[in-house]
Amino acid sequence: MNFPPTAGRNERSPAMDAAAPRVLVAIPAYREEKSIGPIVSSLRLKFPYDVLVVNDGSPDRTSAVARDAGAIVLDLPCNLGIGGAVQTAFLFACEKGYDAVIRIDGDGQHEIEDIPRVLEPIVAGEADAVIGSRFLGEAGYRASIPRIFGIHLFRLLVNLMTGYRVTDPTSGFFAINRHLIEFYSRHYPSDYPEVDAYILMHRMKARAMEVPVRMYAREEGKSSITTFRAVYYMVKVSLSFLINCIRRFG
Amino acid sequence: MNRVTILAIGAAAALLLYILEMVRRRKLREEYSILWLFGSVVILILSVKKDWLEWASKAAGIFYPPSFLFLVGILFVVLILIHFSITISKLHQMNKKMAQELALLKQERSPPNHSSAADADSASREGERS
Repeated sequence: MNFPPTAGRNERSPAMDAAAPRVLVAIPAYREEKSIGPIVSSLRLKFPYDVLVVNDGSPDRTSAVARDAGAIVLDLPCNLGIGGAVQTAFLFACEKGYDAVIRIDGDGQHEIEDIPRVLEPIVAGEADAVIGSRFLGEAGYRASIPRIFGIHLFRLLVNLMTGYRVTDPTSGFFAINRHLIEFYSRHYPSDYPEVDAYILMHRMKARAMEVPVRMYAREEGKSSITTFRAVYYMVKVSLSFLINCIRRFG
Repeated sequence: MNRVTILAIGAAAALLLYILEMVRRRKLREEYSILWLFGSVVILILSVKKDWLEWASKAAGIFYPPSFLFLVGILFVVLILIHFSITISKLHQMNKKMAQELALLKQERSPPNHSSAADADSASREGERS
């Protein structure tokens, strides 16, 4: 499913050097010592990509486990929240000259077998951002009622304000190209960044598309969104989304 | 002088002196003291000059002059709180930036312990790019 094409972007991102696009798999991690090891190992085994774990000030052994499994590890000295951690990965990718970043969760929710599917349009130069959607295709993801309500609200919001037709606005399984890496390393929302990111993409006239991916219920740890924080989440996301519509980006 | 006047003068003067003392002892930075000082001076003046206060409250349509004093006080408190929120946001942003830079620097300093091409490769890549 393609989003309405936005004019004027095509000439700016030609297909990448298909021989060897430099891809970084970025994993923000907070208290994921139990799940991060196997994820990093299987990523290293299956793909030729560098794996970066941004340890968001975890008090446990997340950092050591990830390093032992073969990841490059960035240790944040204090907990910045998911957006700050992900942005650190973009800063790293920007500095080290990566062509694409694919971001996945460190808790095993995202099926890493689907990584090629998410990366493919980026590498082919067909999109600036590819977002994995758990609601597209055969993927059968069951969500709780409040979550479904939130997702519908955000779908509507994103569609109204940006024109992107999304099915999974809160997906944290996505890939971006160099163009967006540079922009996100300067501007990225600090918490609950995924919905906001659509406004940023819209403002950058980025070509975004969704592809179906598989997501699972969490294996270890707790979701960053608990019931108590759900309301705050909705208000915060809606507010910063609307503010971002009228904000200037330098 | 009625009691409310004495109370207002006393409170404003005490606040003014306290803020000045904190600045003198470097416990409060000058830029954060300005609003406090300005606010306490305004309240002090309005408390001493009763006719000014009466004129101002009449102009604002307030019949009981001391409540104009409260209004001024509350307005300053609101201004100061907004100022603090902005300052906290700025500090938050700076703190985030520094934490991120620190994480990147730490990674750069530590020897690579895996077979990734990232570190070895990036130097030459960066050379090509620039």
